[in-house]
Amino acid sequence: MKIHEYQAKSIFAQYGIAVPNGFVATTPSGAVEAAAKLSTPKVVVKAQIHAGGRGKGGGVKVVDNNAQAVETAANAILGMQLVTHQTGPEGQKVKTVLVEEGSNIVRELYLAIVMDRDTSRPVLMASTEGGMDIEKVAEETPEKLLKTYIHPSLGLQAFQTRQVCYGLGLNPTQAKQATQLMQGLYKMFIEKDCSLVEINPMIVTADDAVFALDGKVNFDSNALYRHPELVAMRDTDEEDPLEVEASKFNLNYIKLDGEVACMVNGAGLAMATMDIVKLYGSAPANFLDVGGSATDEALENAFRIIMSDVAVKVVFINIFGGILRCDKLASGVVKAAKALDMKLPIVIRMKGTNVDLGKQILADSGLRYEVGETLEEAAAKVVACLNKTAVAV
Amino acid sequence: MMAVLVGKHTRLIVQGLTGKEGSFHAEQCMKAGTNVVGGVTPNKGGTTHEINGVQLPIFNTVDDARKATQANTTVIFVPPPFAADAIMEAGSAGIELIICITEGIPVVDMMRVKQFLQDECPDSRLIGPNCPGVITPGEAKIGIMPVHIHLPGRVGVVSRSGTLTYEAVDQLTQRGIGQSTCIGIGGDPINGTNFIDCLALFQADPDTDAIIMIGEIGGTAEEEAAAYAKANVTKPIVCFIAGQTAPPGKRMGHAGAIISGGKGTAEEKMKALREAGIAVVESPADMGATLANLLTAKV
Repeated sequence: MKIHEYQAKSIFAQYGIAVPNGFVATTPSGAVEAAAKLSTPKVVVKAQIHAGGRGKGGGVKVVDNNAQAVETAANAILGMQLVTHQTGPEGQKVKTVLVEEGSNIVRELYLAIVMDRDTSRPVLMASTEGGMDIEKVAEETPEKLLKTYIHPSLGLQAFQTRQVCYGLGLNPTQAKQATQLMQGLYKMFIEKDCSLVEINPMIVTADDAVFALDGKVNFDSNALYRHPELVAMRDTDEEDPLEVEASKFNLNYIKLDGEVACMVNGAGLAMATMDIVKLYGSAPANFLDVGGSATDEALENAFRIIMSDVAVKVVFINIFGGILRCDKLASGVVKAAKALDMKLPIVIRMKGTNVDLGKQILADSGLRYEVGETLEEAAAKVVACLNKTAVAV
Repeated sequence: MMAVLVGKHTRLIVQGLTGKEGSFHAEQCMKAGTNVVGGVTPNKGGTTHEINGVQLPIFNTVDDARKATQANTTVIFVPPPFAADAIMEAGSAGIELIICITEGIPVVDMMRVKQFLQDECPDSRLIGPNCPGVITPGEAKIGIMPVHIHLPGRVGVVSRSGTLTYEAVDQLTQRGIGQSTCIGIGGDPINGTNFIDCLALFQADPDTDAIIMIGEIGGTAEEEAAAYAKANVTKPIVCFIAGQTAPPGKRMGHAGAIISGGKGTAEEKMKALREAGIAVVESPADMGATLANLLTAKV
């Protein structure tokens, strides 16, 4: 799960990580009020959307701290469809701005903690190349990315923070603040079950202050059950509406750009089904793993959700019954297809537990569908259905 | 026949036996010939739990269960908030093989489990979590896979995915090719046994002639396995990587299946595996046929 910058900074502040003073606003007049509470000669008005690259898209403006300038900036940003390299061409509507004190930036640094899969422990990464695309830094100048691995039971040690501070070339006044910041960041990473915390840039100001100027935080979805305070920060307007709908039924659904709706059990098989659709010359409209313990209600809703994507031209159901029995799946599909008055072609491939019972239910349902015995036969039929539809149009 | 990890020698306890999931799957495991010797549910010690007319003893702790039953293997069906603790309890009690089926354990919990097992229980092996388990067809099934699709034989299967493993097994069985042992290592970012461990087990196993390895996007476990296989594995390997069409930055069902920072793509993995001389198939439908061809070529 992702959160907004202003939410990340509110958590930073709880952990003693210095952030610029600032307030959020949802209207231009609110932004003016927010700026009035700030004492710096310049203020920054920042669009709050989940995607990165906001500055380049015109979503961040540095202005003089007077009512007119702030109102103009907030007016321009609030309500805009902000397009960045992460939003897609349609962009994301800006509903909220963060109005912050302007900082006299001397240096821009990078600091992050992520869970490293190879070592099964968190890794703290720091770089002098703040404000840059860190993946580029890692690739082109790996020597500029400092890494220190944190022991799961001992935590971040003083020698590790010293190494980072020296590596970043901080003077003692700056190092003291950066150390506090790093310790706070690690504590937050563990206590809030983060999968990523990133401060980019971490700035050093002319008077030797160290701040988190921008923050990005992702949380481990598996751990949200013990963090109601984080769940409350979820902004579903930033997510695909169909994905939000699917999450209500514990369905793993991700919307994609193709025309073949896929309904599969198991994440690996769901990905493999998408892959074979592509290999046969079409493209998947979604990833959907209905899981092993899907209820009738979840199965019906799964079918309804994949069908509400208007780009869909054919449905590919690929079920390898293990815990999820084929008969249960079949009755769920039949019910949903009837309720939706389904007109699009359906190709079904079923294997595994109770497959004969499942096939019987489908055969008795009056539903029109085609059967693929093997994966390749099913994929070929899916593509054949698409071609027929194309001719008919 | 021995195959690897599980077999006739397995003495299994079930952590969470009295729960709905644990009870259902324990019954399926017993039907497949697994020797289930008891269960662990805190505060139910001293009672019994009936499965198929057999009264299985229930213990409060894994330690009690091990002492009373000489169990060497455990399978964990406890809910995510308690699963990490259950794994550590099993390791601490000296259980050699811990198979954790539970999906949805927080990553931070698994980080601690991994460190604990390394430091305190170096002789315990963890499989999973978030996996279908391990089966040696004809001998023992420990997990949630449908037993009837399997056939005893000489191909080892190792996979990060559940149902996609069933797909591979089915393609083999349809061709009359049996399996020595099938291991689901799980779809989480931090897990116990990895691809390299399984390749080493299969390479050393006299009852395994060839290997199917099923990876997916996210992390670099497949790349590391490729390097290991190139240097250490002489048996033929067929590999499929799921997620060639997956978009970056999205978690594809499994917590570990995510392309992040441009890393962990199917393309990179397939390239590394091909360069290691492994037969990488682009289509998931080609796993069985490709392995059959390799076996024929070998003879």
